Amino acid sequence: MLEIHHLSLSVSIEGRRVEAVSSVSLQLEAGRVLGLVGESGCGKSLTAQAILRLGEHQGVEKSGGDILLDGSSLFGVDDELLRRIRGGRISMVFQEPMTALNPVFSIGSQITEVIRLHLDMDKQQANARAIQLLRDVGMQDAEQILKQYPDSLSGGMRQRVLIAMAMAADPDYIIADEPTTALDVSVQKRIITLLLNLQKKRNLGLLLVTHDFGLVAEMCDDVVVMYAGQVVEAGKVADIFDYPAHPYTRALMGCRPEISTAGESLTVISGQVPSPGYWPQGCHFAERCSLARHDCMEKPVTAACWQQGEHIARCLHVDEHVDELGRDSPA
Amino acid sequence: MSVLVVKNVSKTFTAGGMFRAIGKNKRAVDHVSFCLDAGETLAIVGESGSGKSTTARLAMRLLQADSGCIEWNGIDITALGGKTLRQRRNHIQMVFQDPFASLNPRMKIWETVAEGLRVHRSDMSKKQRRNLVAETLHLCGLDAAGMDRYPHQFSGGQRQRIGIARALIVEPAVLVLDEPVSALDVSVQAQILNLLKELQEAKGLAYLFISHDLSVVSHIANRIAVMFDGRIVEQGSAAEVFEHPHHPYTRALLDARPILHPSQRQIRKSGDNHGDKTGEGIAATGCAYQLRCPYASTDCATFDGQLNSLGFACLHPLPETK
Repeated sequence: MLEIHHLSLSVSIEGRRVEAVSSVSLQLEAGRVLGLVGESGCGKSLTAQAILRLGEHQGVEKSGGDILLDGSSLFGVDDELLRRIRGGRISMVFQEPMTALNPVFSIGSQITEVIRLHLDMDKQQANARAIQLLRDVGMQDAEQILKQYPDSLSGGMRQRVLIAMAMAADPDYIIADEPTTALDVSVQKRIITLLLNLQKKRNLGLLLVTHDFGLVAEMCDDVVVMYAGQVVEAGKVADIFDYPAHPYTRALMGCRPEISTAGESLTVISGQVPSPGYWPQGCHFAERCSLARHDCMEKPVTAACWQQGEHIARCLHVDEHVDELGRDSPA
Repeated sequence: MSVLVVKNVSKTFTAGGMFRAIGKNKRAVDHVSFCLDAGETLAIVGESGSGKSTTARLAMRLLQADSGCIEWNGIDITALGGKTLRQRRNHIQMVFQDPFASLNPRMKIWETVAEGLRVHRSDMSKKQRRNLVAETLHLCGLDAAGMDRYPHQFSGGQRQRIGIARALIVEPAVLVLDEPVSALDVSVQAQILNLLKELQEAKGLAYLFISHDLSVVSHIANRIAVMFDGRIVEQGSAAEVFEHPHHPYTRALLDARPILHPSQRQIRKSGDNHGDKTGEGIAATGCAYQLRCPYASTDCATFDGQLNSLGFACLHPLPETK
């Protein structure tokens, strides 16, 4: 089990240290897909990257909380163990397949590098494994692909290569940060199917970072919605879609062009996400929320001030919104 | 009268320079025809490399077509060049995909937006230009007080509004929108799509909307042309194409739209889905889609790829009803 407990992260903006992620908690179990959802600037990527302790060189610092892998803290480990955890236990698939591969090394050398770093294999064995990995991600002419360089592959093929690399050392958890956003719609579907098949076959825990509720509907078992550095809602995927409790979740779902009727105006969320350092004292979403009351602005809102089983929301007025918002699906 | 007519236009790119020896010619656009009337939106959809952006650039005369002809407001501009073409450019303007790359970081917002006026309204004084910029920014939902700032001080959605203002200031009849929302967050996407709709209604603009995302297209398009490997493989009204797709590729694009609710996962799996059996390539002869097509048979290898009278290019179209 991979657990994040009340994690807070601070970044440096114009010489000032400000909190960018505030007391975020979530659990990722083997065999499950967890969606971490929010707009740009909500802190979802920072949170995901903190699991592998990426970003520390760019000035991201942990200001509180902990991340536990099978019960032991990832912040206590030495560099050598951290290297083995990265890729060996937890690996990452990045958003931009165009920039995540090194253009001057062949696909083969980039995959076998990962394999030999983590597994005790000679060159030949590593090569054979690389071919098998590429076949697993649906590339039939794997021997040929090994000799090629990233520039001769399409975006979808590069993303397959990155997924193969993430799988190279048989990790238990994969973090995928917007893995399909840079791809064509028709290719997106293939990559989703591929990720889900691999996840099921190997009983992986998959953390999917995305702003797209369509992807969440398609892939996730559990959902955590973040807004301005905080978790605002969390629960099982069916609960979140049947009964989105937080106004932000509802608003974000309502923006999707595919749920509105052709010809009508799309629902929008006015304004934008407040930057770290400019968060309001009360509910972070209050100033964009059409349902905000006076008490929303007064004092910080606790994480689970509304709860129904495993479904929690950081909103003071969920029960009052029920009538207004309706219990059925937002579509 | 159509504000934009594209007749039988083709364009082949030849590999040149350092890579001439290994390069091949790429037929990017192959006998494409369409027209666009005032106040309507034609969406060109297709995947990367299908030639949709090249088609838009040909229609704008940013690229010169190898053959075929292009008319703006009934006037053939295919052969125009230089100053004559530049002076007519206010007829058709473009909004680019990436609002982070398409604004000059060293120019103030008002200077960027006013640039088109240097050619098309050179009679205006600086004060008049600034007033017009303020008015246009306001129209695009931006506070004119920010016009002396630089692009990095704006968010992605605001920058896209600036890009739209820059295009609108010369009062075009046609806007070419090349993936105008695909670099934006979902919530901001909706704002920009709504703005485009309002502007179209207010000004009677014609939109040529380039996108790979059918759920966005369904919101804004009156008519749709689906491109694959440089050709239009299906075209028709948005309602027809969405309700009764004929070409298997159109169907594949429709199937790739995101689902609305997790409960739809099962429905999709048991549905008519041949996705994984098929390949990824493009055929060199015959129907270009045959390698990926679940309905392909031997006659597809010799198919000429012409659109039929019903508006699709396929020998084995999908049945009328789903």
